[in-house]
Amino acid sequence: MRKVYLDYSATTPVKEEVLKEMLPFYTENFGNPSSLYSIGLEAKEAVENARSQVASLINASPREVYFTAGGSEADNWAVFGACDAFKEKGNHIITTEIEHHAMLHTFEFLAKRGYDVTYLPVEEDGRVNPKVFEDAITDKTIFASVMLVNNEIGTIEPIKELAKIAKEHGVIFHTDAVQALGNVPIDVKDLGVDLLSMSSHKIYGPKGEGALYIRKGLKISNFVHGGAQEMGKRAGTENLPAIVGFGKAAELAKENFDEHVKHLSELRDYMVSEILRRIPDTYYNGSKEFRHPGNANITFEYIEGEAMLILLDQKGISISTGSACSSKSLKPSHVLSAIGIPVTRIHGSLRLTVGDPTTKEDIDYVVDSLEEVVSRLRQISSVDTKKGW
Amino acid sequence: MALYNDIVMDHFLNPKNVGELENPDGQGVYGSPVCGDMMQIQIKVEDDVITDARFKTFGCGSAIASSSMATSMIIGKEIEDALKITNKDVIDALGGLPPVKHHCSVLADVAIKKAIWDYADKHGKTYKGLEGFDPFQEEDPDAEEEIPDEE
Ligand code: FES
Repeated sequence: MRKVYLDYSATTPVKEEVLKEMLPFYTENFGNPSSLYSIGLEAKEAVENARSQVASLINASPREVYFTAGGSEADNWAVFGACDAFKEKGNHIITTEIEHHAMLHTFEFLAKRGYDVTYLPVEEDGRVNPKVFEDAITDKTIFASVMLVNNEIGTIEPIKELAKIAKEHGVIFHTDAVQALGNVPIDVKDLGVDLLSMSSHKIYGPKGEGALYIRKGLKISNFVHGGAQEMGKRAGTENLPAIVGFGKAAELAKENFDEHVKHLSELRDYMVSEILRRIPDTYYNGSKEFRHPGNANITFEYIEGEAMLILLDQKGISISTGSACSSKSLKPSHVLSAIGIPVTRIHGSLRLTVGDPTTKEDIDYVVDSLEEVVSRLRQISSVDTKKGW
Repeated sequence: MALYNDIVMDHFLNPKNVGELENPDGQGVYGSPVCGDMMQIQIKVEDDVITDARFKTFGCGSAIASSSMATSMIIGKEIEDALKITNKDVIDALGGLPPVKHHCSVLADVAIKKAIWDYADKHGKTYKGLEGFDPFQEEDPDAEEEIPDEE
């Protein structure tokens, strides 16, 4: 059976070249980067090399990049570190309704501890209106966080504009760039952000590794305490092979950027147009213009996403859904809700994300399979597909 | 690896009794598309015995499997016996559902009772198993126990 993975926003496979770089650091080059003899110093050098590779991908200086155990830790550090460092100044935080749970749940935690959190609504295309952002700022606002690219609908947020407004008001600005990294151009200097979170496993690097960009001159509190690693800011013996892998993945992402974006957007556009053309009662959710090149989010009316997911899985296809039935909380996707998609349409929504290994044949197979699965479930559905709701 | 056990998968992939009956003697629709799930059950009745049943479901894999199993379980049963079947019986017959999916089987349970109530109402009949049953109940999503979001 053909296997087609179309969930590259969930995670990506580690590239061969990346794995090759990593392997020696599990065995021969296993030194602790804090040790002062040769294999320790060599390990240290490898970490610094990776730091430069990651920094280069976002046009930062290497000293502004701190490795973490993944994107969620980077997000948590940014929030706790900044909100703690500036707590004398105020207790107000601004974010959006469509952030990743790594952000939302962290804010919920702080909200229970005396912080006041404003969740900005977004427009129909998923973008934050800079005017609405500016209006939300008070003299108590210390921290704002808006993701660079949304994980469900791929919307690219106007970060440069938002960061500029934040700066004018003396508010620390963070962006979660986990989905953006390697997929949209990132230049931290041009964006003007103070903090930016990254993850390795979304760019064909290993899982369990990430980084936080902290603008030079900005001091935030530490999050993981214990040792002098990461220039005294993040304790814990470095995950050496993963850091090396992340570095290599970042280098490749930079090298192949144009080709990668072209490949993804061509296949994504082809897939979307084929689905909308061949399958009736389908809707493309989110922005057409400001979008992650590999992301598609489509509603298939009258049927439910988890049922689609399982039937597609039977055909070797991996995708994800925003349906309430598929989440452990039985709540529909908070992102699709925020852009005003009715619950019934969220129910039948699928997220399909293409990646570097995806081919046109894969897409044809997926569209054929979708056509079959959708018509099968519509026959079972209690909603009259001719009359509609 | 699959999300559900083999029996559930089989009833989901090859559901029995899908569709609509020509002149159903009773029909029940339960759930609301606003809560996400909706199920329709139709029955044929002869001499107080359910001779046929059909379902249509807008819902997840376990809702479809539950509908398939529940309709299979009531066909050929006396109405009073069919009314004794609970959603727990449907879950057991399916070899178990994940806890978060138990409510999907409740849909089938209520939709069947609604179909029988409809039949009883139209034919001026009363059944002991329908005592205390509210045919106009709305699905109440808040009635579900809170399940923490682990994503
Ligand atoms: S129908 Fe929604 S979880 Fe089963």
